[in-house]
Order: sequence, then structure tokens, then C-alpha cells
Amino acid sequence: MAIITHTPSLDRLPPVEKAGVVGWMRTNLFSSWLSSIFTLAALWFLFNTVPPAMRWLFFDASWIGTTRDACTTDGACWVFISVRMEQFLFGFYPETEFWRVIAAFVLAIVLVAWLLIERTPQKAKVALFTVFVYPVIAYVLFYGGALGLEVVETHKWGGLMLTLILAAVGMCCALPFGVILALGRRSSMPVAKSLSVIFIEFWRGVPLITVLFMSSVMLPIFMPEELSFDKLLRAMIGIIFFQSAYMAEVIRGGLQAIPRGQYEAAEALGLSYWKSMFLIILPQAMKLVIPGIVNTFIALFKDTTLVLIIGLFDLLAVVQSAFSDPNWLGFSVEGYVFVAFVYWVSCFSMSRYSMYLERKLHTGH
Amino acid sequence: MSNAQQREKNVVSDEVMIELKGMNKWYGDFHVLKNINMKVYKGERIIICGPSGCGKSTMIRCMNRLEEHQQGDIIVNGVELTDDLKGIDIVRRNIGMVFQQFNLFPHLTVMENCCLAPIWVQKKPKKEAEAMASMFLDRVQIGSQADKFPGQLSGGQQQRVAIARSLCMNPSIMLFDEPTSALDPEMIKEVLDVMVDLANEGMTMICVTHEMGFAKTVADRVIFMDAGEIVEENNPEDFFSNPQSERTQTFLSQIL
Repeated sequence: MAIITHTPSLDRLPPVEKAGVVGWMRTNLFSSWLSSIFTLAALWFLFNTVPPAMRWLFFDASWIGTTRDACTTDGACWVFISVRMEQFLFGFYPETEFWRVIAAFVLAIVLVAWLLIERTPQKAKVALFTVFVYPVIAYVLFYGGALGLEVVETHKWGGLMLTLILAAVGMCCALPFGVILALGRRSSMPVAKSLSVIFIEFWRGVPLITVLFMSSVMLPIFMPEELSFDKLLRAMIGIIFFQSAYMAEVIRGGLQAIPRGQYEAAEALGLSYWKSMFLIILPQAMKLVIPGIVNTFIALFKDTTLVLIIGLFDLLAVVQSAFSDPNWLGFSVEGYVFVAFVYWVSCFSMSRYSMYLERKLHTGH
Repeated sequence: MSNAQQREKNVVSDEVMIELKGMNKWYGDFHVLKNINMKVYKGERIIICGPSGCGKSTMIRCMNRLEEHQQGDIIVNGVELTDDLKGIDIVRRNIGMVFQQFNLFPHLTVMENCCLAPIWVQKKPKKEAEAMASMFLDRVQIGSQADKFPGQLSGGQQQRVAIARSLCMNPSIMLFDEPTSALDPEMIKEVLDVMVDLANEGMTMICVTHEMGFAKTVADRVIFMDAGEIVEENNPEDFFSNPQSERTQTFLSQIL
């Protein structure tokens, strides 16, 4: 006969060498001789690079002033950036009309925040407003020509404003286009399928520089004078087509990862093709490919700098053009660091938002 | 077990719900279903069994056209299933289907899974759809989990939700494609109990299953298939106690 006695054991703390700061350092930094050497080498490298960089960027930098004479210290001269800030932000947009650009961006930020933050009311109405009304408002504000606003030709647009417009329009149009192309490519209808395949393979096979170059140089040669339209619009369409081809392939990957049973369950409930796509398949597929979509968005955001080869002055081009100002020769490092910082902040926040979105939409356990 | 009593309660009418006439199906050159003829009457409970790969799942998947047949006729509720895709959605609304792998929609809660088709296909108001969904969820004893996601439920619970989801469309026929084959043994009973309840209410059911106990309890007719053909068709008493064909005898001796 079995006799079982059991006294409950007292709780103990984990052994000190496996927990706490010491434990963490032992497992991650000094687990072997080799790893200890790498740790020390890394520390030596950081010690030699971080403090000088910090001194140049912040402690020894000149911040205040209006002319080159303010740059007296050894560090960076941010005066160059602050003096030129208006041009970096707005390009050659007339100074008296800056408020229009600011108003359009503030409205965009409010609307996007409204849609992205949880617990805001009337999301559906705000979404409809953002999709259908806002583009009209933004167009009128940027371009003018209505409501008594002076027309500002697109060749005067530039700087960060142009970069953001190109990126935002590109993203907002490439995503829905990509969805339709991806569905088309997986369609059983031969015409829809072959059109999608041809479109995707054509635009994916051409470098973006070629697309932009063709749109600005070649297209006007082949098109009659009266049909030619704005250069910025042509570049925008090129970027949208180019990126929607990539987007389509990302989304197609998601569609293929959805198990056959999901399609069958939707069919068995009597849902039509479009309803089963928009209610069942796409929400799951898009969630799966959030990293890929954001990847494409980030690539698109950075690719907008290529418009400088067709003579549009985006942020990078405007900053570069400022280097040739005879009063401010020799400040290109500051300029490039500033541009890099703006791009990094934008791309990093997109990446963080996508991680938040993935966590929020995670429903499997 | 009072099989006889239960069967008496069940009124099988003369109305034909599903009819298969000389139906053939091929996968490429492989002849999966060979000359299938069968009728399903209103209120009838049919169990289809047979060795794996014999075409039993394919056959019931043809009944709501998840698979297409190449020859012969399938008539469901008086509508012939053809290539005309417009009619198929309407036919499917009347046929509930429960899958081996549940196939719940993982991005929607249990309640949303159940309400989706009533709201988007039958155009019911949200309140009404939710009230009906809670009623069916209570009936499969899962009402308290309505706000959870499918991934948070056990296999047996998920399959019961899948049954409730089908019932929300008020189907006149329910198809079950091996509903308990993917479940852990201790969860099979909870799903079978729900199916027995449903059978006792007079639902027309066609069920592909290996659960012979369930077949004995609820079936009006057992159909045995092998190699794409209906080999034997009989009432459960005779089917299990006195199988006619040699293939049926071999099959039963292996699984019982």
C-alpha cells in the first residue's frame, strides 16, 4: 500500500547568479571568455565614439544666432538649420501663404490621430470625412485657386512639405490599389488576372528612377502640348503605380497564408465574393502582412527623395541647395545630419506604430 | 438506450431536401465519386461512414458546392446546382455546414462570428441578430464566452460555436464533415450532445463521422461508402448487427 506524505515547500527566491543585475550580466555579457572580450571591446568602442558625438551634436554646438558669425564653437552649427528652417519646411512656397500649409497639416494630424487613437467617438464619420472631404480641402489649401486663395504653382512646393505630400498621397493610394491588384492576381477570371499580373510585373520590373524620368522627360515628348499636365502630378502617379505593384505582392502573400477553410466557411455561410473578402479574408491577411506593408511604406517615404532628379525640391534637395549659399559654405554635415534625423524620426515612428498595431490586433492565444 | 422511442418522435416526411442523381466527380483523372444516387428527406438524419479517402467528405461538400461535380444532378431544396453562381449563395444560406477544423473566423469574437452572416447576408438588424446568436450560444452552452475570441476557447467549445454559427442562419439542412475528428477524446462528448439535441429537434442532418455510438443513437439511415461508391445503405440496427456486404463487414470489424 502506497503512503504519500507531502508538506508544501516554502517559496524561495531564484539563485542570485541567475537573477537580478548580476545574473543578467553573467548570462548576457560575460557568459564565456569570448563574450567577455566582445563586451569589453564594445564598451571601448562606445567610450571612444559616443562622448565626442554628444559633444559635437549638443554640448559644443552653437544654437543661437542669425548669421555665420554665431558659429564660434568647435561643435555643430545648428544656426544654419534654424536660419534656413522656413525654406527646409516649405521650399519656395510664398511666405504669406505658409498658414495654408500649416492648416492642412494640422487638420491631417487631427484627423489621423482621431482615427488611430482608441476611444474616440464617431470614427466612421471621421473616416468618411478623411477619405472623401479632406483631400479636397487639402488640395484647395495647397494649390489654391478657389475660395479667394491665391494659386501657388506646384514648382514652388518643396522641402519637408513636398516630401510629406508625396509620401502621404503615395501611401493612401498605393494601399487600396495594391489590395485590388492582389485580389485581381488571385482571381479566377482570366482577364482580371492577366491584367493584374501584367501591371504588377511591368511596374516591378522598372526602377523608380526610370519611372520618374520617363514621367518628366519622355511623356511630354509623346503627348500633345495641350494634354500635358503638371510635373508633380505625373511624378505622383508614377510613385503610386510603382509602389502599388510592390504592395500588391505583399498583400498577396497575406492572402495566400489564409487557410482554405476560412474561404470555405465564408462560402458555406452564403457570403458573396466581395463580402467574404472584405469581412473575412482581407482583415486577417492584412494583419499578417503589417510588417510587410510598413516596410513598403518606409521604402516609399525614403524613395520620395528620388524626385530631385526630375527637378522637384524635396527636403533633401532643398537642404543640398542651401549648401551652395556663399554665406554658408561648409555646413553640409549639419544639413545631412538634420535630414537624416527627420527621416529617421518619421520611419521609426511608423515602425513603432506598426508594432503597436500588431499587438492590438493579436487575438490568438 | 431508447433508440426506438427517439426514432418514433422523428417524423420523416416525403419531402425530398437533397437529391443526387447519377453524380460523378473526378479530381483530374482520379474518379472520386462514382455514380452516386441518394435522396435525403426532410427531418432525416443520415450518417455517412467509410474508410478514409473513400469520398464521403467530398460527397457532402458537393451538396453545397464547395466542390463541383462533373456529371449528374444535385438538387437541393428544389434548386439544381449548376455553374450559375448567382443561385449558389441562396442555396448555401439554407445549408449549415460544420467542418472538421471548425473554421471559425479568428479575428472576430464568438458573438461576431455568429452575427456576421445574419447581418451581412440576411440583412438583419444588429440587435435582432445578437439576440438570436445569444439564444443559439446558450443552447450549445457557451453563452458566457460570447465576447471571447475563438483562439481563447478549447477545441470542443470552438466546434460548438461553429454549430451555433451555422444555426444562426436558420438552415433547413445541416451538414457535418467529421465534426469530432479533430477533438481531444474528452471533448467529443460535449459536441455530440449538442448534435443529439439538434437531431431530436427534427433537423435534417447529414453527418460524416466515425462515431458509431452516435450513429446508433440518432441515425435514421447509415450509408457506407468505399472507393467512391455507396456500398451499403440501411437502418442502423440492421447495418450494425447484420451488415450485408463483405466490405462493410470488414470495415465494421476494424472499428468496433
